[in-house]
Amino acid sequence: MQDSLKSSSYQQLEQKSKYTNMFLRWFLYFILILFASYFIFPLYVMVVTSLKTMEEIRQGTLLSWPSGLNLDSWAVAWGGRGYGAGDTFLRPYFWNSIKMVVPAVFFSTFIGAMAGYVLTKWRFKGDKWVFLFLLFGCFIPYQAILLPMARTLGALGISNSVVGLVLVHTVYGIPFTTLFFRNFYVSIPTELVKAARIDGAGFFKIFFKILLPISAPIIVVTIIWQFTQIWNDFLFGSTFSFGEAAPIQVALNNMVLSSTSVKEYNVDMASAIIAGIPTLIVYVLAGKYFIRGLTSGAVKG
Amino acid sequence: MLKWLEKNLPKIVMAPAVGLIGWFVYGFVLWTLYISFTNSKILPKYELWGFGQYEKLWASRKWLISVDNLLVFTALFLIFCIVIGIILAIFLDQKIRAEGVLRTIYLYPMALSFIVTGTAWKWILNPTLGIQKMFIDWGFENFTFDWLVNREMAIYTIVIAGVWQSAGFVMALFLAGLRSVEDEIIKAAKIDGAGLFTVYWRILLPMMRPVFFTSFVILVHISIKSYDLIVALTQGGPGISTTMPALYMTQTAFHKSQVGLSAASAMMMFMAVAAVIIPYLYSELRRENAR
Repeated sequence: MQDSLKSSSYQQLEQKSKYTNMFLRWFLYFILILFASYFIFPLYVMVVTSLKTMEEIRQGTLLSWPSGLNLDSWAVAWGGRGYGAGDTFLRPYFWNSIKMVVPAVFFSTFIGAMAGYVLTKWRFKGDKWVFLFLLFGCFIPYQAILLPMARTLGALGISNSVVGLVLVHTVYGIPFTTLFFRNFYVSIPTELVKAARIDGAGFFKIFFKILLPISAPIIVVTIIWQFTQIWNDFLFGSTFSFGEAAPIQVALNNMVLSSTSVKEYNVDMASAIIAGIPTLIVYVLAGKYFIRGLTSGAVKG
Repeated sequence: MLKWLEKNLPKIVMAPAVGLIGWFVYGFVLWTLYISFTNSKILPKYELWGFGQYEKLWASRKWLISVDNLLVFTALFLIFCIVIGIILAIFLDQKIRAEGVLRTIYLYPMALSFIVTGTAWKWILNPTLGIQKMFIDWGFENFTFDWLVNREMAIYTIVIAGVWQSAGFVMALFLAGLRSVEDEIIKAAKIDGAGLFTVYWRILLPMMRPVFFTSFVILVHISIKSYDLIVALTQGGPGISTTMPALYMTQTAFHKSQVGLSAASAMMMFMAVAAVIIPYLYSELRRENAR
């Protein structure tokens, strides 16, 4: 009797904790989905707004669904309206950004790979200080170098040009790329390199034959990081270029700010998506590497 | 000769990186520092002038507003990013279905530029057609949400957009931190009768101290450098109510052509960042040496 009472109250208790658990579970999902909607909300609004006509925008709300797949504002954002003066559109600036990103990513990645290789596999006296010396460059506020940079680009005759921006982005990317490669190569056993050296392999042979073939993951991380940073840059772009040489973020900002008679939000949103889509695609396709770059750019070692 | 070349090849390969950073980072910062002690206007002058620019800077109402805004923004940005980031990380750590999808959603803003997201938020927050209209159309006739054009409140719109952009990043840092804790520790605590709440509050979160530290440093660093977001969202307006140091610096340098004054403001920013970063690098390095 006593026993059965005990067990039934236990069952009750277990039942109860099952309900609380279920409740907690639902609460958990509720909060997670609530935050997910906060994060997805602006993207949703951007996409639906870009598909609406201005008439629809005035009549509906932010969330209302567009009446159809109306790509007019995308066409205007990308290619303009086809009349001469004052018709700004993104196509030429998109190509400026491509022309800027590709060489800048290549050079900064290559220099960083070499630096990381030397700092870990060909160690010399004071190499730790050299690393710290480079690392500090990750953190400086670029305001402290804008003025002399503007003068230097002018002196070199490459101010307001894509070439100038390539130089700027290459230089200020080096601290990050070095950090990535250094932290990757530090985890690769030095015995591998030592053995190769005994066999008579030289500096470059060791790099290209031994390290490079296993460097694919860190190369991907570095390229994604540099691509995202450079594509999204606004400070350097807006300070060192204007008019025809501007990269896409600067052009987007000018387009949105240009005070024509009527504000066309649908075109603005289409432009913003066009300026954001390359990095967004990279993020969706290679999210794992993107996150690795983010977190190892922050938490080293 | 060849022998020498071979021996010094690593250093030669290292030279471009060191040279470029030495010149373009350290050299340039020193130049800016020097100019901040001169009376340079449109063109740099090289006679020393003392601390005049710094006196002018700290007497400027616009600069004081910038610093004030930066403090308000940094405090709120830090609190919201870290609280939201931790909540999301802990919740995602509960063997959630579709974790990958949720994580992707929380983090995608980090892949977009501040100009893109600023443009989107500017449209969402604009009083005539944005959120305010949405609520009025839903029947809340007296609903007002005009922060974007309100001098007192505009700075908070920058917080909203900034937190939206960066909270996912803190989530990723903490999730990685939580996942690196060994299961044994959690199991042992549970056997000792600790509930899930106690496990997190008493054991896991205190273990995350380095992650807190890292998030703090990175977020402060982002907030001192905030520039793009303000340009895209408010341009420092209405009036000068949302201006911040980075914006002040570029405006003084390139629109007002006060080179000396802008150099002084740049050096103030530099010192603020250095005050946060140098202890961080020092502790990171010590941790690495300890291993």
